[in-house]
Amino acid sequence: MDFGSIIDAAISDALGPQAVVFALAAIGLNIHFGYTGLLNFGQAGFMAVGAYGLSVTMVRYDMPLPVGIAAGMAAALVLALVLGVPTLRLRADYLAIVTIAAAEILRLVFGAVETKEVFGGSNGLNGYTSTWNSLNPYSGGLDIGIASWSRNDLWAMTVGWIVVGLCCLLVWALMRSPWGRVLRSIREDEDAVRSLGKNVFLYKMQALMLGGVIGGLGGIFYALKQASTVPSDYSTNLTFFAYVALLIGGAARVMGPVIGSMIFWFLMSGIGQLFSQATRGADPLIPDWIMTDTQASLVRYVLLGLGLMLLMIFRPQGIFGDRREIAIDAR
Amino acid sequence: MPVDITGAREALRDLPNDPGVPKPDPIVVGDDITRTFGGLKAVDVEHIEIQRGVITALIGPNGAGKTTLFNLLTGFDVPDSGSWSFNGTPLAKVPAYKVARLGMVRTFQLTKVLAKLTVIENMRLGATGQLGEKFFPAIFKTLWRGQEDEITERADELLVRFKLDAKREDFAGSLSGGQRKLLEMARALMVDPELIMLDEPMAGVNPALKQSLLGHVKSLRDEGRTVLFVEHDMDMVRDISDWVIVMAQGQIVAEGTPEAVMADQRVIDAYLGAHHDTDLSEMDETSLSREVEAEIEAEEADS
Repeated sequence: MDFGSIIDAAISDALGPQAVVFALAAIGLNIHFGYTGLLNFGQAGFMAVGAYGLSVTMVRYDMPLPVGIAAGMAAALVLALVLGVPTLRLRADYLAIVTIAAAEILRLVFGAVETKEVFGGSNGLNGYTSTWNSLNPYSGGLDIGIASWSRNDLWAMTVGWIVVGLCCLLVWALMRSPWGRVLRSIREDEDAVRSLGKNVFLYKMQALMLGGVIGGLGGIFYALKQASTVPSDYSTNLTFFAYVALLIGGAARVMGPVIGSMIFWFLMSGIGQLFSQATRGADPLIPDWIMTDTQASLVRYVLLGLGLMLLMIFRPQGIFGDRREIAIDAR
Repeated sequence: MPVDITGAREALRDLPNDPGVPKPDPIVVGDDITRTFGGLKAVDVEHIEIQRGVITALIGPNGAGKTTLFNLLTGFDVPDSGSWSFNGTPLAKVPAYKVARLGMVRTFQLTKVLAKLTVIENMRLGATGQLGEKFFPAIFKTLWRGQEDEITERADELLVRFKLDAKREDFAGSLSGGQRKLLEMARALMVDPELIMLDEPMAGVNPALKQSLLGHVKSLRDEGRTVLFVEHDMDMVRDISDWVIVMAQGQIVAEGTPEAVMADQRVIDAYLGAHHDTDLSEMDETSLSREVEAEIEAEEADS
């Protein structure tokens, strides 16, 4: 067992670009679910339109990077509008159904043979990162002993965490304001808010758009750091992992999704590495008849599910949540 | 500041006790409002007028359509037909939030406090026209700080008046049933409504708090607001209302001053049943069954 490499993998991923992607997705979900109570199960869809908005404009229309980023964000905004207009007047669970369906439809359309000319089929799109790479100021990777990153990762992390920081700042500023108060009130009871003269539909739409655009930013960042946009990356797993990250950190807390995403990737990589080492080699620590090395790569998902269950039972408010708020529900 | 309401009350004194009687100065006027749920006609109101500046009680047995009428008037439900207006503004197809902004604010039978917000946050939410509730200004605190301070000051005054100031920083979800009713009423006042509609303000409130709640309802009228409330508690109705509208099976069956309505045979029949003051066991069984048969025949002839 090489604990050094386990720690290295865990920390590298916890602070790496992958954690940035999930942090952005979870910040968006936090606005939807944590603050406004909108059950959006289609965050992967918002991320996909962000990513494809960027890559299609840059690959098919040869537009520069800023235009691509703007197109990605605009695409997420439009998706929020299209989903919100018919569903936000309905009960909350309808939004969950519609969003998860919309995300799947989008993924299938992006990966379809018929749309290969535009979206590149199941191989997706690539070759749009020359500007992104040329902006990289670093000359090499970074190795701090307990973690290491390549030159490209380092650049992606720098930009990514700055974007995450700005998003957190925006969420913090909005949620301390009367606007945020209306959102939290809508989460508690829509009709009460309506009876006080607030246009509930408008606020829900604004929340859906804001969270969707931040999710879209996550997709744009995903496309840039990965240098390719592939439809299979935007499956429902992405949404559910983002929810896990949010719940670990604590919903309705500004830093909840960020810390949650870091912990999520620390555990995913750390546990993955641990089991992969324990089952590797001629005489593995865990014998073959218990677990083979192919099974080992899946154990982390089992443990993740188990961990989430325990979290919900013993600390439902997550790491940053306020226990008092949760206790009221039990009355 | 107390407002002189004797004029408004006197004007009601001489009105006939007929359903839908025109009032001298109505704030709400409704015509032919109907709402059906499946085969049930929950509300079927030909004409209704609510007098300005007084307390009007809406009473009736369970299922009479009182809360449904409330929902229809405030835009929380859409009627099958009908027109109604508030201060002369037609309200058909006006969404609930706009009705509230016009100055017609309601509370709910099952109190809707925002459990995970503190009491003071609940109050602040009630204020209308907040710049900080718009998306872009919300980002910059300097833009809305001044208004927020004014709102908080007004909210604190109301909390003192409703004796909730000790609970200021508590989560609304930790309040007792009666305190929730008080909070809901105080929060509705943050909107500064002309007409406040209370849906069963006494339901689930302990007797000790009832008296103070009664006082609060009266104080709403005394500061110049119009109050319309739904209630089952007849003592409360008699005690504080200036006018009573009685509903049964979706229709208005009688109206009048509390004294007149309590004595009205139609009301007694609707509310308590035709045999409310006789012990059924003592009644002559044959005459009772004869009466029932006659009733059945009458109904069959009707249909």
